Amino acid sequence: MGQNKSVEFATGLFIFLGLLALFFLITQTTNISAYGGEGYSVTARFANVGSLKVRAPVALAGVTIGRVENITVDPERLDAIVTLTIDSRYGQIPADSSASILTSGLLGEKYVGIDPGADTENLQQGDEVLFTQSAIVLENLISKYLFDSASGGDE
Amino acid sequence: MTLLNDLRKGFAEFLATFGAVSIFLLRILADTPRALLRPGLIFRQVHVVGANSLVLIMMAGLFVGMVLGLQFYNTMSKFGAEQSLGPVVVLALVRELGPVVTALLFAGRAGTALASEIGLMKATEQLAGMEMMAVDPMRYVVVPRFLGAFIAMPLLTAIFNAIAILGAWAVAVQMMGMDGGQFWAPMPDNVDVYDDVLGGVMKSVFFGAAAGLLAVFEGYRAYPTAEGVSRATTRTVVVTAMSVLVLDYMLTAILI
Repeated sequence: MGQNKSVEFATGLFIFLGLLALFFLITQTTNISAYGGEGYSVTARFANVGSLKVRAPVALAGVTIGRVENITVDPERLDAIVTLTIDSRYGQIPADSSASILTSGLLGEKYVGIDPGADTENLQQGDEVLFTQSAIVLENLISKYLFDSASGGDE
Repeated sequence: MTLLNDLRKGFAEFLATFGAVSIFLLRILADTPRALLRPGLIFRQVHVVGANSLVLIMMAGLFVGMVLGLQFYNTMSKFGAEQSLGPVVVLALVRELGPVVTALLFAGRAGTALASEIGLMKATEQLAGMEMMAVDPMRYVVVPRFLGAFIAMPLLTAIFNAIAILGAWAVAVQMMGMDGGQFWAPMPDNVDVYDDVLGGVMKSVFFGAAAGLLAVFEGYRAYPTAEGVSRATTRTVVVTAMSVLVLDYMLTAILI
């Protein structure tokens, strides 16, 4: 009988520890907070999204307020439509705010930065952010610099 | 000439074993619903296979984590990239090292225990005796052990990962003097719960099924002699190790 009890206790402890470890892994080390929570979606069109990926952060004043939900190409206007999900706690973003694709650090990952505007109305579910700035592609910058310095060097 | 012959025979034997294992798996799956009616047996096997391996897995996890912390910190501090230490350690563990190392240790500790137990039952004619008493050895002996391994492996992997991460933290922060916030803070931005953690859990589920299946299979078809049982035990470890590594590549290719 005693052996039965200790078997049960040991197994129960083992399963409990396993689940606790899994819980620790999921909550402490991952971005699970990005999946929960209520949010509203807005879209934005960009000429070039660079290396922006789905689930990249959306930041206002440097603070993450949402995630990139979806990136697709518009077959008619031939630009990229990015769907952003913004946490419902941040519902006072002016409707004329601008969205730009920025790089975190010098060579880091791309994220979407929101620059607040001055409109009295706020962005609602399904609105489109009208003022956007595409990602800065390093190769274009370098080729522009070379082109400029080449033509400048001729004079 | 004989080399080609040996290769052909070896390949034919491999295919035959592969077929036998698959048929055995189907038999196990067919008997699983009725075996679930006796959860006490399964619970007992989870204890034998899981709880008894706990100390080994925890020790292994701790030292693997500590080594990872030490090695990566050593290299990264030369480039000023310490803030990548946390995410790199977590990703390496959760995606690859956790499932694979736990599976290999599991094969060595629990797989051999299962194979030798069933092999000895076969050698001492207990399985035959059970069949005579109309007790289905599959349902009462084989399937609970398989299910025990299947349940225990993901839990063991999670424990391995968690303790390894804490080991890496202990080495990097407590011993090497890195900032604790720098260790934990970059993790959520770089570790995805579905791609990384749950992908690793899925791998460990597959590895648990493979390790459990191969262990009970080798035990069940062992030659009913002492030498046969010991050969089955050795084969369990070897075949499980190879299968786990092959499965790991295939699952990684699918998940990535």
